[in-house]
Amino acid sequence: MNTPLRRVGMAMMVMILLLLGNATWVQVINADEWRKNAYNRRVLLDEYARKRGLITVADGTVIADVKETSDRLRFLRTYNNGPVYAPVTGYLSVTYGTSGMERAENDLLNGSDDRLFARRVSALITGRDPVGGNVQLTLNAKVQQTAYDQLTAKGFTGSVVAIKPDTGEILAMASTPSYDPNLLASHDVNEQAAAWKQLTAKDSNDPLVNRATQALYPAGSTLKVVVAAAALADGKNKDTPYTAKGSITLPGSQTPLPNFNGTPCGPGETVPMETALAKSCNTAFGEMAGQLGANKLRRQAEKFGFNDPDLAVPLVVETSTLGSIPDDAALYQTGIGQRDVQITPLENAVVAATIANNGKRMQPYLVSKILGPDLKSIDDTEPDQVETAMSTANANALRDMMIQSEINTGGEGRLQNVQVASKTGTAEHGTDALKNNPHAWYIAFAPAQKPEIAIAVIVEDGGDRGLGATGGKVAAPIGRAVMNAYLAGR
Amino acid sequence: MGSPVPSGEGSPGASAATNTSPGLKAPTRRGTELVMLSFAAGLVTLALILVELNQERSLSLRILYLGLAYLGLFACAHLAVRRWAPYADPAILPCVALLNGLGLVVIHRIDLALEGTVFPDGSTWDPVAFKQVIWTGIGLLLFAATLKFLPDHRMLARFGYTFGLVGLVALLLPGVLPGFIAPTINGAKIWLRVGPLSIQPGEFAKILLMVFFAAFLVSKRDLFTVAGRRFLGMDLPRARDLGPLFAAWGVTVAVMVLQKDLGSSLLFFGIVLVLLYIATERAAWVVLGLGMFAGGAVVAWKLFTHVQQRVANWQDPIARYDVVGGGYQISQSLFALATGGIGGAGLGAGRPEMIPEANTDFITAVIGEELGFVGFAALLLVYMVFALRGLRGAIAVRDSFGKLLGGGLAFAVCFQVFIVVGGITKLIPMTGITAPFLSYGGSSLLANYILVALLLRISAAARAPQRIAKPKPQQPAIADQHTVMVERPK
Repeated sequence: MNTPLRRVGMAMMVMILLLLGNATWVQVINADEWRKNAYNRRVLLDEYARKRGLITVADGTVIADVKETSDRLRFLRTYNNGPVYAPVTGYLSVTYGTSGMERAENDLLNGSDDRLFARRVSALITGRDPVGGNVQLTLNAKVQQTAYDQLTAKGFTGSVVAIKPDTGEILAMASTPSYDPNLLASHDVNEQAAAWKQLTAKDSNDPLVNRATQALYPAGSTLKVVVAAAALADGKNKDTPYTAKGSITLPGSQTPLPNFNGTPCGPGETVPMETALAKSCNTAFGEMAGQLGANKLRRQAEKFGFNDPDLAVPLVVETSTLGSIPDDAALYQTGIGQRDVQITPLENAVVAATIANNGKRMQPYLVSKILGPDLKSIDDTEPDQVETAMSTANANALRDMMIQSEINTGGEGRLQNVQVASKTGTAEHGTDALKNNPHAWYIAFAPAQKPEIAIAVIVEDGGDRGLGATGGKVAAPIGRAVMNAYLAGR
Repeated sequence: MGSPVPSGEGSPGASAATNTSPGLKAPTRRGTELVMLSFAAGLVTLALILVELNQERSLSLRILYLGLAYLGLFACAHLAVRRWAPYADPAILPCVALLNGLGLVVIHRIDLALEGTVFPDGSTWDPVAFKQVIWTGIGLLLFAATLKFLPDHRMLARFGYTFGLVGLVALLLPGVLPGFIAPTINGAKIWLRVGPLSIQPGEFAKILLMVFFAAFLVSKRDLFTVAGRRFLGMDLPRARDLGPLFAAWGVTVAVMVLQKDLGSSLLFFGIVLVLLYIATERAAWVVLGLGMFAGGAVVAWKLFTHVQQRVANWQDPIARYDVVGGGYQISQSLFALATGGIGGAGLGAGRPEMIPEANTDFITAVIGEELGFVGFAALLLVYMVFALRGLRGAIAVRDSFGKLLGGGLAFAVCFQVFIVVGGITKLIPMTGITAPFLSYGGSSLLANYILVALLLRISAAARAPQRIAKPKPQQPAIADQHTVMVERPK
């Protein structure tokens, strides 16, 4: 019986060896895959033991701070003026992970970024706890506050994005309804859970979504500046005549394409492009898009930054697109920013900023500086021109048309002594456009001759005006107030 | 194996011969055992201090209670071995003391981490380390009682059939009893609830059935070695001799179906197969048995969702992370092991409380996280030393029953370790089963202490000097005797 006993002994040793081999695989060779898995909260918890970096706005005001605590997670993240900045800062939660800048710049904030390597080594040698780097944002505190106040004053759901046209710095990025990220950063698990439940409830209106970058809307009439840009590039000018009819029939169908309220665009048969844009005539722009064709339209849109799936500021930005344009009817509808056109508020602000910057599109960005724990600058973001979307002449022509559009636009809060170039939009959405309140858009820049700020405003579902809402009545006053806050505070 | 022990079967054996040499007393090696026990106690004490320091940043009196209780218990165990089994193997008890001590430390460590935690259902964490000390005490009491009342392991063979019947009933009882006495916990129906106590009769059944099988196979050994047909170079057993194998297979399947306890059924079947192999020295049994098991497993996988779940969780735990009964547990275990890496987080410095069932089925993952691959490998090697020393006793012992029983018991421990550690490291599908001596739980601990006592008894029988009938006092040869005058009776 001893021979089989010895063989059983061999088998037992083989079993232990298999276990040892597998443990080597899991714990040593392949350990990184499991360690870095998104579900592995241990890494997050380790990060809490390190002093996380701060997030500041352009003037150095701290919006995401850390406080040392006596509980097991040594450092508590605190947000100053939380709801105002929440769309940008995002949250840092033990249970629910990270979002916004907390996610996008996580490596830097938690100190594991390669740019902090030298400092980590010195911390190791000197025996001090490693500390995260700080992030300084491009946000202008006053503009951001105004944007948030303007949106929340009437309880609007929507977003405001403001960009400095010549650099691409994002001056404001507001989204409402917002939330207080302090609740999610709390070390009290129950408080976190309660807040999370409330913020993700069905009737909560998605406060955790940063509408500026993550929400896609039909562009409505604001897309007409893109169509006009394409027409200008195609050799047309502000005097090129287009139909003035109050309503036309979409090619190849019985569906009418009417102007707002069906009003004719002018007294005659045709109107010049300038008037068509100023009055936002759908029939003229339908025709314009029809003449240009889908390809030219698409190419122009891409020059403005559409169809860029990799855009990150460094918050990841949803991709704006013109959608599929299968036939001429769709082409006409695309020409007025309806059909399948989808755009983020950020992209619409980029469109305005590009026109403002003589047709040169700058890469939009939120992080102006990366600072080491010792507040020495490690990395400054340099403005980056991505593309020339329009010739300077065409951009100036379009600007002049947008000045006329602003003059034609109603709404309150017109700026004194400052010339504004703008375009409004009243975007229909949903299956029944007559029952769903339209989204109100406003894109603009000022001062028109030497632009310093470009903005995009969207107010969802007509704001407080219901079915009668227009971009001019609802969104334009917000946009003007935001621009004023910046220009007055220079 | 390469052990220098001669094949004991049939021949008296060289060691026995030297043991009985005049003037040489066989060494009991109890001193060696004491030294190794002290070493184990030192390690465990160190581990306990580390846990307290890392968790509480201070040392409390608890450490003294737990530490003293531990030292006292194993001092008693050592004395019991000295008294009742002085020739027992000296390495087995220290291995057990180290494992049990480490288990206590880890259980205490999980207590500290979860102290004061309120679970979603409103219940709070109930510290169990103290209970486990009590169970260890009762276990060692049973251990001592077994050594005292079982001076010769061969006595067990007489009760083989009784044990078999009791074992079978105990094994299947929870599966067939109604839910209020035999509740389903974590999907398995393997507990019996008697008043405040929950016991797992299967743990004891394992040993009872091993005794039965050893006794049965020894008495019917000749039958199994009668060759049937030769096939592919193997002697196939005759069909009618397959009865016991089929019976075991049937019981295994019953356990799998009635109790949903995959681990126990795998363990049980493996033990029967190994006992058959040791008794008959026929590889054919193993091949046949493995084939039957594979067939049964495939059928079970096709028929039962709980088997499918386990397999799916094993293939890709992350993909099923959020599924109820999905890959969460095994993922947590892998996160723990990988985060521990080579050196481990340090005792008390990791986050093993995030692993579900951290103080029972997944306790080895806790050790892998906090002691790293180094500690994990050491743990596996301690198990291997334990099993091989047990096997060595089986090889050295002179009777067939002792060989079979000892081999079976040693293999059972090793195979159980393989199943549970293989499960938590994703080598094989996870099947809920305890880690011998480490996991929290009374039944498992008590049963395993009886198992240790039996192994010690067998090894003691192997190493004790053989009692050869005392030679009669020397008498002078008859021829040298004086002539004695015998008076004739009057």
